[in-house]
Amino acid sequence: MNSYLEFSRIGKSFGTDDGVFEALTDVSLAVDQGEFVSLIGHSGCGKSTLLNIVAGLEPATTGGAILEGREIREPGPERAVVFQNHALMPWLSCYDNVALAVKAVFGGRRDKADMHDWVMHNLELVEMAHAAQRMPHEVSGGMKQRVGIARCLAMEPKVVLMDEPFGALDALTRAKLQDSLMAIQARLEATVIMITHDVDEAVLLSDRIVMLTNGPSATIGDVVHVDLPRPRSRLELAEDPAFNHCRRRVLDFLYAARVPEPAAGGAPWRDDVGPREAADADGAGREAAAPGDAPRHSGRDRAA
Amino acid sequence: MQVALPRIPITAAGRRLTLLARRSLIPLLGVAAFLIFWAGAARSVETSLGTFPGPAEVWSQAGNLWQEHLRERSRETAFYERQQARNDSLAARDPDAPIRWRDYTGKPTFFDQIATSLSTVAVGFLLAAAVAVPLGIVCGLSEGFYAAVNPVIQVFKPVSPLAWLPLVTMVVSAVYVSDDPLFEKSFVNSAITVALCCLWPTVINTTVGVAGIDRDLVNVSRVLKLAPLTHVRKVVLPAAVPMIFTGLRLSLATGWMVLIAAEMLAQNPGLGKFIWDEFQNGSSDSLGRIMVAVIAIGLVGFALDRLMLALQRRVSWDKQAILR
Ligand SMILES: Nc1ncnc2c1ncn2[C@@H]1O[C@H](COP(=O)(O)OP(=O)(O)OP(=O)(O)O)[C@@H](O)[C@H]1O
Ligand SMILES: [Mg+2]
Repeated sequence: MNSYLEFSRIGKSFGTDDGVFEALTDVSLAVDQGEFVSLIGHSGCGKSTLLNIVAGLEPATTGGAILEGREIREPGPERAVVFQNHALMPWLSCYDNVALAVKAVFGGRRDKADMHDWVMHNLELVEMAHAAQRMPHEVSGGMKQRVGIARCLAMEPKVVLMDEPFGALDALTRAKLQDSLMAIQARLEATVIMITHDVDEAVLLSDRIVMLTNGPSATIGDVVHVDLPRPRSRLELAEDPAFNHCRRRVLDFLYAARVPEPAAGGAPWRDDVGPREAADADGAGREAAAPGDAPRHSGRDRAA
Repeated sequence: MQVALPRIPITAAGRRLTLLARRSLIPLLGVAAFLIFWAGAARSVETSLGTFPGPAEVWSQAGNLWQEHLRERSRETAFYERQQARNDSLAARDPDAPIRWRDYTGKPTFFDQIATSLSTVAVGFLLAAAVAVPLGIVCGLSEGFYAAVNPVIQVFKPVSPLAWLPLVTMVVSAVYVSDDPLFEKSFVNSAITVALCCLWPTVINTTVGVAGIDRDLVNVSRVLKLAPLTHVRKVVLPAAVPMIFTGLRLSLATGWMVLIAAEMLAQNPGLGKFIWDEFQNGSSDSLGRIMVAVIAIGLVGFALDRLMLALQRRVSWDKQAILR
């Protein structure tokens, strides 16, 4: 009851041309301070909607989110968001994008030199200090996403909300950013809620993986606790039975949610197909997905 | 069957030559073809004021207008020199003598008219921009406000300047009363008419630009809890700058077109009045002189557009946008 961040029977309905569309019902969850929670579920099930409710960007229709005993009614810097497509202001340099946030949050409370140091400190945290003066269109997608993370961390948020932060990136860049995110989280002990489509990513980073059922009227279907010691190393984990067990559970859930009648002969996926492809097999709500995650779906026909 | 073509080595110099040809030779050819067509067609058009002027007549009229301008300028200098000398000698004889300074009141030349037209359009355009950009921002930010003003915009947008002018004239003469007016009334009339007509492209484009800001960027601003004015200054305005400038360019082009008509009607000194006066004169040179004015109007309009484009390039962050 007295948890740090609580989702209290959150429901969300949208009025559409053909009646009311109920995206979420009765989503309840308690998140501890410093916990890393992943949200996973098929495309269009309502993950972004849920995250936006916690961010305060959208109101819940029923229920609500409670942070430190207070209901969330509006957005604010203590619940900073990392958007899927970086959402950097294209007319500001990487430095100025972070500085905009720092001035908005700390302006008047800290002096100029202090704020400058804080901007640079956060850019260093994501290894972007060397490109501080470059414009967003002059840096790569991964670098933009890093600046987006630096901007988020620079607000000193109580809760970090990330909507598929690495969705639009190639596998290598994604792995690098996952590692730096793990290191940063270990240092700052931030409370993180992250949406992902990537099962490996979810297991690697999270303390808990929350799996949503397919929409409409999506709700929490299952929760997997990832009891792996930190710091975690992706190379060692690949062999770890606990890691593979968690991965298998998430895949089982996602796959069962997609195909009601499993094919004869056990597991419905082929073992030579990576878990990422299987996890990405998407639901019917494809049109709701952001364009950035399209490339990763190329393997889904093989998986099915 | 293969025909062996002689291989022409394309050197760097050769490539530069082709580029030069494409950049300047082809447009020059186009202009030359037009001039030839014009010269040919003009000869076969007879008017009550003689044959329609061809390029050669127009060119010589342009020379005449320039000579007239120089003559007028030297007359002006001479006038001021005489006045200075007279007043100096007057003051030398009697320090208390009442000294009068008069302004030269010569006939404005063609080039003076161009300058007048430019200043009128500048005032009208700036007036319009000062109203249109803030109005467009509010329209883009607030759907309700936009819904409220949209009908008014849609109705007034297609109104010709000539319809406004009588109303503007009456209102200005009623409201703008002063013994020592800073601006001529006719100037105010034309400027306001221009402003009324070049309001709309900027309002509409600014609205579209502001309403179309990436929702993620707006959400960033909301998460940062930027104050409304900071939000406009740091997010809305820069995001909409490309569209605002598209609107401003359209506005200036409209304003320049409208101005000529307004000057004809308002009898405000300027290119429009120049054309009207030449038309009323009806000398054998008139058509040639009007044609010079037509070409000058085109060239000035083109220059204004390039100026706006250069400005847009400077201030816009969207360097990739193809600007024409
Ligand atoms: N403003 C809206 N009006 C109507 N329906 C909406 C609205 N926003 C979202 N929805 C619907 O709610 C459902 C959940 O959308 P949401 O964006 O939260 O999905 P998601 O889980 O984030 O999907 P993805 O993984 O593809 O990003 C979708 O079916 C979508 O069509
Ligand atoms: Mg989403």
